[in-house]
Amino acid sequence: MQQNDYVLRTVEERGIGFIQLWFTDVLGTPKAFHITPQELEGALEEGMTFDGSAIDGFSRVQEADVLARPDASTFQILPYVGSGAEIARVFCDISNLDGSPFEGCPRHTLRRVAGHAKEKGYTFYVAPEIEYFYFANLDPSTPPVPLDRGGYFDLSPGDRASDLRRRSVQVLEEMGIPVEHSQHEDAPSQHEVDLRYTDVLTMADTVMTARLVLKALATEAGLVASFMPKPMANVQGSGMHTHCSLWTGEENAFADPNNDAGLSPTGRAFIAGLLTHAPELTAVTNQWVNSYKRLVPGHEAPVSIGWARANRGALVRVPVVKAGKLQSTRLEYRAPDSACNPYLSFAMILAAGLKGIEAGYELDPEMVGASGARGPLPSNLNDAVDALEASALAHETLGTHVVEWFVRNKRAEWGAYKSEITQFELDRYLPVL
Amino acid sequence: MAQHPILCVPETLDPSLLLALSQAGYRLEQCASDAIGDAPTELLAALVSGRGGLGDALEACRAIRAQGAGSVPIVLLVNQVDVAHLADLDDLIDDFAILPSSGAELLVRLRRATGGQDASGDSTIVSYGPLKINTETYQAVIADRTLDLTYMEYELLTFLASNPTKVFTRETLLSRVWGYEYYGGARTVDVHIRRLRAKLGEEHASLIETVRSVGYRLGQPSWGERTA
Repeated sequence: MQQNDYVLRTVEERGIGFIQLWFTDVLGTPKAFHITPQELEGALEEGMTFDGSAIDGFSRVQEADVLARPDASTFQILPYVGSGAEIARVFCDISNLDGSPFEGCPRHTLRRVAGHAKEKGYTFYVAPEIEYFYFANLDPSTPPVPLDRGGYFDLSPGDRASDLRRRSVQVLEEMGIPVEHSQHEDAPSQHEVDLRYTDVLTMADTVMTARLVLKALATEAGLVASFMPKPMANVQGSGMHTHCSLWTGEENAFADPNNDAGLSPTGRAFIAGLLTHAPELTAVTNQWVNSYKRLVPGHEAPVSIGWARANRGALVRVPVVKAGKLQSTRLEYRAPDSACNPYLSFAMILAAGLKGIEAGYELDPEMVGASGARGPLPSNLNDAVDALEASALAHETLGTHVVEWFVRNKRAEWGAYKSEITQFELDRYLPVL
Repeated sequence: MAQHPILCVPETLDPSLLLALSQAGYRLEQCASDAIGDAPTELLAALVSGRGGLGDALEACRAIRAQGAGSVPIVLLVNQVDVAHLADLDDLIDDFAILPSSGAELLVRLRRATGGQDASGDSTIVSYGPLKINTETYQAVIADRTLDLTYMEYELLTFLASNPTKVFTRETLLSRVWGYEYYGGARTVDVHIRRLRAKLGEEHASLIETVRSVGYRLGQPSWGERTA
């Protein structure tokens, strides 16, 4: 196969010392093993067997071994990894030993949903805005230290973060990850990198890559890049607002110049699907106890299930498109945070939207201020997990293996959290009760 | 260095043409028009004759494209009466010659279709301005900097650079570089162009030009006078 040949020749020509085989567990944690160039040909042809039982969400009762199959089209030299022998990475699909797709592989889940869209003649494009913080410390026993405190004229440390962000963007571009723009966000030490749209599977890979690059370069600079949804109280959390559009060939299937909001019936039904199934999606797009500290009023995070053109508290925003720019018609799903599993989050978003189209859901009227919403998003992880567990759409999209494992894992997380005595309680209750 | 062959279809092609090609140093691989599936896929070019009928020849061209040799240049030999039918076949063929054709004409057309590659030792280098691509080692260099490309980025850049200044529509690029079966849709082309520009770097990004409401081309006829 010519693609494999390309990879093997490039490894040889460029003197690549190691190849990292990347994959993702069910929670979106990046995983890798390293192989030498001598092993690469065999890995490309037959895959690499490994024991999956130690990977979150991969464990099964009967058979522990799974196969990592490199996707040669994702072969990329990592320009940010130090001097000496160069390192390249390849994303892997995880399969069973008989070659069938492994049900716990998030990349496979997303590929399946994207394939479902494709059967209906659609291609799904997404463009996430990744928010994150730079901190000076990584000692969880003390609160995180921002680099620019409250926007004082604290010139040198502030510049350090912005320089680092700019350098990171440059590395992303060198890796073929176009960045639409990047900026300092509202909270102290918070930054945002907006990625240019691409097809959904490539974008999920890209989000994994971008997070790794941002973290690696921060570490190199003696800092920490954190995607924790809400690292500091009373300032904005880190969301991953996701711009979505659906295409039939060269046509934007969401666009209709004759509609008030510029939305076609397909676009309206897609949004209706998102609103209808939003509570079921939330455990996936916001998968940590901490995620729900971000989803509170007053910090530009969505709390109400509704859609609007201008209201940033709405779950779905339909950005107003400039005249003559119909092709950029899109919706912005505002719930996901930067610590989600991008494969499973995108899979659920797409599946909910497609469901809306297939079942012909009617779209609610646009939210006006805070009114017109269907109701609130789940207010904590436990409620969100309940909604996921009861969701036919989630079982259909993620598969029973993933749903069951995820529910077990998240109930355990919630249980551990619930038994904690927090500083809040000590401060508030100990002196008076 | 082993050079890829030219696929000649059908095997009843005029022997004097075959002789001219092999004397020019090309390796030839002959194949019946209904046996394309058995032909090698790594080709320098394909030469398809429509002497026995245009329909069969076009079928053979589609078969060549379908079997993974999507970006291989195809030169079609046609009878005078069939020329009018070639109008909408840009996706399928790169050039044509009218029968009876001379060996000399065919050599010129093949050289053009293969982006200036000839049968000599330099056939593996595609170059345009500061860009050099070695198709033997799959390495692309811009102004002495090696580009870290994915396979599809490499294929797209090589295709554009092999046909400099020629404008391609998104559909043509999609069918020629990705193959008809590709998953991502026509926007994929825009996405990959943007990625290539990112990797080329600010200074060289304008090497690939957007031709508004048509498509893309690498370089332009008056290259060098324009600032990005």
